[in-house]
Amino acid sequence: MEILILGTGCANCQKLEQVTRQAVASLGIMATVSKVTDIVKIMSFGVMSTPGLVINGQAVLSGRVPTVDEVTSLLVRAQGE
Amino acid sequence: MDIFAPIQMLSDWLTYSVLGLAEGSRLASSVNFFLYDVPKVLLLLTVVVFVVALIRSFFSPEKTRDLLAGKSLYTGNVLAALLGIVTPFCSCSAVPLFIGFVEAGIPLGVTFSFLVASPMINEIAVILLFGMFGLKVAAIYVASGLLIAITSGIVIGKLGLEHLVEEYVYQIRMGASAPPAAQSWPERAHYAVGYVGEILAKVWPYVVVGIGLGAVMHGYIPNDFLVRYAGPDNPFAVPLAVLVGVPLYSNAAGVVPLVGVLVDKGMALGTVLAFMMATVGLSLPEAIILRKVLKPKLIAVYFGVNAVGIMLIGYLFNLILR
Repeated sequence: MEILILGTGCANCQKLEQVTRQAVASLGIMATVSKVTDIVKIMSFGVMSTPGLVINGQAVLSGRVPTVDEVTSLLVRAQGE
Repeated sequence: MDIFAPIQMLSDWLTYSVLGLAEGSRLASSVNFFLYDVPKVLLLLTVVVFVVALIRSFFSPEKTRDLLAGKSLYTGNVLAALLGIVTPFCSCSAVPLFIGFVEAGIPLGVTFSFLVASPMINEIAVILLFGMFGLKVAAIYVASGLLIAITSGIVIGKLGLEHLVEEYVYQIRMGASAPPAAQSWPERAHYAVGYVGEILAKVWPYVVVGIGLGAVMHGYIPNDFLVRYAGPDNPFAVPLAVLVGVPLYSNAAGVVPLVGVLVDKGMALGTVLAFMMATVGLSLPEAIILRKVLKPKLIAVYFGVNAVGIMLIGYLFNLILR
């Protein structure tokens, strides 16, 4: 699974990365988590407010830091697809 | 009944009994003011920010963009200014927001109405004004903020400055916006609690400095002292207040506590409003961020049009409210 954290480097983007890594660890799934800081790339996912979360090329969340549980359920859903 | 009475009692007890300051002395009056206002404002902020965050969880920049796309000039400006109040937006996402608006074909003038309204009609400022000075002052503030946002957007739209936007902005193609995950109430509450923590952590130094300044003025500057310099009869007071306010970047929560003190000391209400709007609505950090998408000339126009609007509002209220 490929996970991207969209953000230009604000504090919330780092929080989202933490939360996402926790969710990945708790599920014990194979996933790469990487950051995207280039504004043009961020916009190409249709995200207008940072931080944003992209799973397998699909933006699933933007503009807020979710709970670990929320990210976990987003990951589970993406896995089922 | 005053719901803040317990805070006043606590502040009185700390000032006169614990610190043993003589009642009626200047120092006591300053200290008492500070010890009353700091907890009061922080308490108000906590409640207000929580409620505001809950409301905001129903709005998103993506939704706002979809609402504004395809709106005509004037309707678009009015709608953009109104949405600017409720759409969650921090200066760190000003750039993607701007690009997203332009990409959706929203006219530049409409985009600017949003960009002006969003920081200036800060919901925290509005509710603090309401809590501390009543409905009239809060309503005046919202109405004048909307008026400035709408008209400055229209003016910038009419000037035809599209060429002053950095070229690359027009080349960006956005992906289809993803439907954001639906939030449950616990998730909204979690977001709101997080938002309260984030705002309070950022804002408390401004609150303490703002109230500290207010406290010193409250105790040591005689009432009506400012009438001579910044009263309704000094025609230069308003532009001066704006000029001082722009570089003085502060959060709304730091400025609002000063409003009452400045009025007490004789500054005309319109002048105080102008000062507050300039401090909150026009900030250098925002200009630096917007530089990524706007050429310097357009940033200058943006600040210029805004500053003139704020001054006109200041004069207007000094005329009406004398």
